[in-house]
Amino acid sequence: MRLHARDASPGGWVDGAPSTRTNPLRALVRFVEKTFVIAELEARKLRHDPTELITRAVQPILWLMVFGQVFTRVRAIPTGDVRYIDFITPGILAQSVVFIAIFYGISVIWERDLGILQKFLVSPAPRTALVLGKALSAGVRGLSQAVIVYILALLLGVQMNWHPLALAGVLLTVLLGATFFSTFSLIIACLVKSRERFMGIGQLMTMPLFFASNAIYPIAIMPAWLRVISHVNPLTYEVDALRALMLAGGSSTYSVGFDLGVLFAATTILITVAGSLYPRIAV
Amino acid sequence: MSIVETQTLTRRFGALIAVHGLTIGVEAGEAFGLLGPNGAGKTTTIKMLTTLLPPTGGTARVAGYDIVREAADVRRVVGYVPQLISADGNLTGYENLLIFAKLYDLPRAGRETRVRDALAFMGLADAAGKLVRGYSGGMIRRLEIAQSMLHRPHVLFLDEPTVGLDPGARNAVWDHIERLRRDHGTTVILTTHLMEEADSLCSRVAIMHLGMVAAIGTPGTLKAQVGGSETTLDDVFMHYTGGGLSSGGSYRETSRARRVARRLG
Repeated sequence: MRLHARDASPGGWVDGAPSTRTNPLRALVRFVEKTFVIAELEARKLRHDPTELITRAVQPILWLMVFGQVFTRVRAIPTGDVRYIDFITPGILAQSVVFIAIFYGISVIWERDLGILQKFLVSPAPRTALVLGKALSAGVRGLSQAVIVYILALLLGVQMNWHPLALAGVLLTVLLGATFFSTFSLIIACLVKSRERFMGIGQLMTMPLFFASNAIYPIAIMPAWLRVISHVNPLTYEVDALRALMLAGGSSTYSVGFDLGVLFAATTILITVAGSLYPRIAV
Repeated sequence: MSIVETQTLTRRFGALIAVHGLTIGVEAGEAFGLLGPNGAGKTTTIKMLTTLLPPTGGTARVAGYDIVREAADVRRVVGYVPQLISADGNLTGYENLLIFAKLYDLPRAGRETRVRDALAFMGLADAAGKLVRGYSGGMIRRLEIAQSMLHRPHVLFLDEPTVGLDPGARNAVWDHIERLRRDHGTTVILTTHLMEEADSLCSRVAIMHLGMVAAIGTPGTLKAQVGGSETTLDDVFMHYTGGGLSSGGSYRETSRARRVARRLG
């Protein structure tokens, strides 16, 4: 005889969580709910200890104040009728978001080593929600970078677009970009499983991602082989969208809709892959 | 009618057979102990029963659900406290529980009360608002047990619940496990190295050795089988596992165990 959940309430105490076999709409609502629970968890941790947000501000400051200002004077990089500092500002935002997101996987390995992760994997929350929740919290950290870059842009006299719709677009792009790259990072973490190996691979990836994109120079001046790489690099599309949305009179090469479409499609694929790989990290 | 049943449950890691054809049944309301030296397959067994690790052979049912085909259902009805520290040090005790209350779909209306009750039950009401980083080892373990029982699981899996705790903290954890079983009828399955722990908590124990069950029964019967009235569970353990000096415990496992001990102590 099979014993079922409802039969087994020895102390009349057992109730468990509601069954997971429900209709697709309820499943979707649950998925979104659980995603936000994980994001809430990360936000609460940040609130208890916000030092990370402050140390993260250093990198965009260096890139914009030093690199950006120097190269604006040198006029070495042809950026058409856009000043170089204006050109590089969206690129630096995209880059700082990638740098936060790409090392996100290491926190998962860390949580695995601590034992925190196993408990989440034993919970009935969908694995894809665990992944997306983590990725979204990388997005929240990414938004803090956006605030810093906007302040710097004001100080440096960059012509920004302050229209609420444009700002909303930047917010969406940053969230999408952070979600994509942090999920990518989670997948690597699930494959390599150790902090040491992850650090090596993380270092190995960030610079090529950054340089094989339109973040700090236009694709037009690249050699042909690099152009090909930069066209399959999602960072290029993130930068392209940001350039159109952030700058006053900014324009995009591929259209913002296409950029966001590419990021969204790529993110969806990665989340699905990561959801199925996630349990492997606990083994 | 067993609430946990395994049928030749097996897990291989390459050439190593960590769990080898395990067939056991645990009755509802029981406190069942899995004993054995390092590397005997206790943790691997628990990982399979909590759906963390797929078996490579055999089957198992938990509360009637198949651990592979109905893994999502199994997850709804079990609670799990890993050997490693699973509470988040950067959150308060209350927040640690609140997040899990939300993950387990506890109805919004009673959620707050349920979390407060669980904290009070484990004697943590006063520390609820403090960051877990500042908790003592015993408090962390009690918080983790509170966390794992929030959704009122049918079966609670505890992997070495008192490793690294001093005797006072250990006794407090034992009291709480016993109360949980007595007051709420929760079935408890725990792994341990401590014969004293098995003796005082468990209604039945299985001694595992090299991935197999070497002996199973109440602590009393096992003692009687091995020797006279003076026999302790330690003697039984040594009898069935051959002293265990040469056996198990990889570098990784040992370093983990020591890290847990350090953080708890």
